[in-house]
Amino acid sequence: MNSPNPQNVLVIAEHDEGQLKLTTLAAVACAKQICADTGGSFDILILGESIGPVAEALQDYGAADLLVGDHAALKHPLADKYAQVIAEQAKARGATMLLATASTFSKDILPRVAALLDAGMLGDVTAVAPEGDDFTFHRVMYAGNVIATVTLAGPVKVFTVRAAAFSAPEKAGAGSPIVSVEVGPESLPHQMEFVSREERPAGRPDSTEARIVVSGGRAFKNAEDFEKLVGGLADVLGGAVGSSRALVDSGITPNSLQIGQTGKVVAPELYLGLGISGAIQHLAGIKDAKIVAAVNQDPEAPIFEVADYGLVGDVYQVVPELIQKLKKA
Amino acid sequence: MKILVPLKRVPDPDTKIRLKADGSGIDADGVKFSINPFDAIALEEALQQRDQIGAVEILVVSIGPADCQEQLRAGMAMGADRALLVRHDAELDSLAIAKILEAIYRREQPDLVLMGKQAIDDDSNQAGQMLAALLGIGQATFISKLGLGGGENPSKATCCRETDAGLETIEVTLPAILTADLRLNEPRYVTALGIMKAKKKPLEETTAGELGVDPAPRTRVLKLAAAPGRKAGVRVKTVDELIQKLRDEARVI
Ligand SMILES: Cc1cc2nc3c(=O)[nH]c(=O)nc-3n(C[C@H](O)[C@H](O)[C@H](O)COP(=O)(O)OP(=O)(O)OC[C@H]3O[C@@H](n4cnc5c(N)ncnc54)[C@H](O)[C@@H]3O)c2cc1C
Repeated sequence: MNSPNPQNVLVIAEHDEGQLKLTTLAAVACAKQICADTGGSFDILILGESIGPVAEALQDYGAADLLVGDHAALKHPLADKYAQVIAEQAKARGATMLLATASTFSKDILPRVAALLDAGMLGDVTAVAPEGDDFTFHRVMYAGNVIATVTLAGPVKVFTVRAAAFSAPEKAGAGSPIVSVEVGPESLPHQMEFVSREERPAGRPDSTEARIVVSGGRAFKNAEDFEKLVGGLADVLGGAVGSSRALVDSGITPNSLQIGQTGKVVAPELYLGLGISGAIQHLAGIKDAKIVAAVNQDPEAPIFEVADYGLVGDVYQVVPELIQKLKKA
Repeated sequence: MKILVPLKRVPDPDTKIRLKADGSGIDADGVKFSINPFDAIALEEALQQRDQIGAVEILVVSIGPADCQEQLRAGMAMGADRALLVRHDAELDSLAIAKILEAIYRREQPDLVLMGKQAIDDDSNQAGQMLAALLGIGQATFISKLGLGGGENPSKATCCRETDAGLETIEVTLPAILTADLRLNEPRYVTALGIMKAKKKPLEETTAGELGVDPAPRTRVLKLAAAPGRKAGVRVKTVDELIQKLRDEARVI
């Protein structure tokens, strides 16, 4: 039977001001799997300013080269500049596949790269498999309710992968060599300019990286209650906080907490939903959680249909009791 | 000023999606279709900008089968001035959509394209970014606030973007592609008067061929399957029982 040619894969790393986003490892795992299937190799491209620590954190995963574009002009991930540099590297390296882990960073930039390369693109891929001399991909659609089997024609395939679908790879062998990428600021587009970024509350992990996510919905009447109860429980459990869209819309929680079809997709070991009804758009973000537990005062709330453990009750009574008993334990 | 707003026809977000038995597509029988919610937000933003600035022409575009006329009429009932339907009955992918929109952009020369950040059927989140790349212009994706130039900076848009790390503000040179996130605004309802007026507004039809675009898609969907669902587990009666289950049975805390 035919099999695909060895692939030349380019993984785009994501970081937050010099700190590697661990979800990048899902894309690395996917690249490794494709290379194992076809006998190819993969490089990792890291762009930004002062990104030495990111390169270091990615050194032992078996990449052929770590391509590092460290330049002041790349301090902020602006799509026009990043897409141009990534497309140039993809061409220079003869990449046949280009991928990153799905996030607002990759969703902003990779479609732009794909169009520059006249390539098709798939988002939120959950599986890649050789099929004849090509590949088939699985990706989620319709708020996570449908899985499509898809092919992608053309010499370059661009895609993002779901972090939950690929488990972090083993570290493998000696450090990959660092190859510096020339960045000529004059040749970069400058239609977009960074102005500012909201200061994030420090301390708690990001919900996409946490082992436990405690998430609150409309039941919480104000930001103070949310912080005291949802935040308090998350802290006792060493987890991250999340919320439904309802609370973000009403200004009680920041947008970075929203979980769901149009927010973050999380896959923790425990997702604890408090006073959340369980709309399909919210459930789209928690499908891959290992255990779902829910507290809601309405015994008919749809979240109970997907919860491994359900407790009917008022969050204003249940959550303080949880915090108190878990603290003691 | 001219603003272009693409509208996609999608199953209403409140309908439950059923698949055809052979997995070749969704079962559209009895399904209510509407304007993709994010596209409605993009259109609302264009209308609000017009309320502020005055002389703004708003053109809505849909690409797909004849049924898309419904969404274009709804867009004109909301307040768009005219509509363009690119008739196409076969499947398209984001790159093909972007190429068709590129051709429309070159013909219409808008100052701004306002789009939804993603369509709630295929959830791709790509067409706007691809269009910006094809045109070689700037983009601001996932925006929750838009300030258009005005006094000091007539050629720039200040956009607040919703990113995983929180809110970010960027400035983008016009013309540009902006994609709307949920919190940008709340789309208005269509009124009976709006529907009456929309009937008299021009709706032009064309095809990808007439626009000089080869819309052959790169991506091909072979089959659709229902995602494995989660099942309801057990109800616990007390906080103690919940803690015990999470600790001793699930071993997650
Ligand atoms: C295009 C589109 C995209 C969307 N994307 C998202 C998304 O990404 N994420 C998202 O979350 N939503 C999204 N939504 C919104 C979604 O449809 C729901 O409206 C939203 O998730 C509801 O949030 P909620 O569960 O907090 O509020 P509600 O639906 O109002 O539910 C509140 C729940 O709290 C319970 N409750 C109230 N008081 C108490 C109490 N004291 N103790 C215990 N329980 C209590 C109630 O019984 C109820 O079940 C989207 C919608 C659309 C149309």
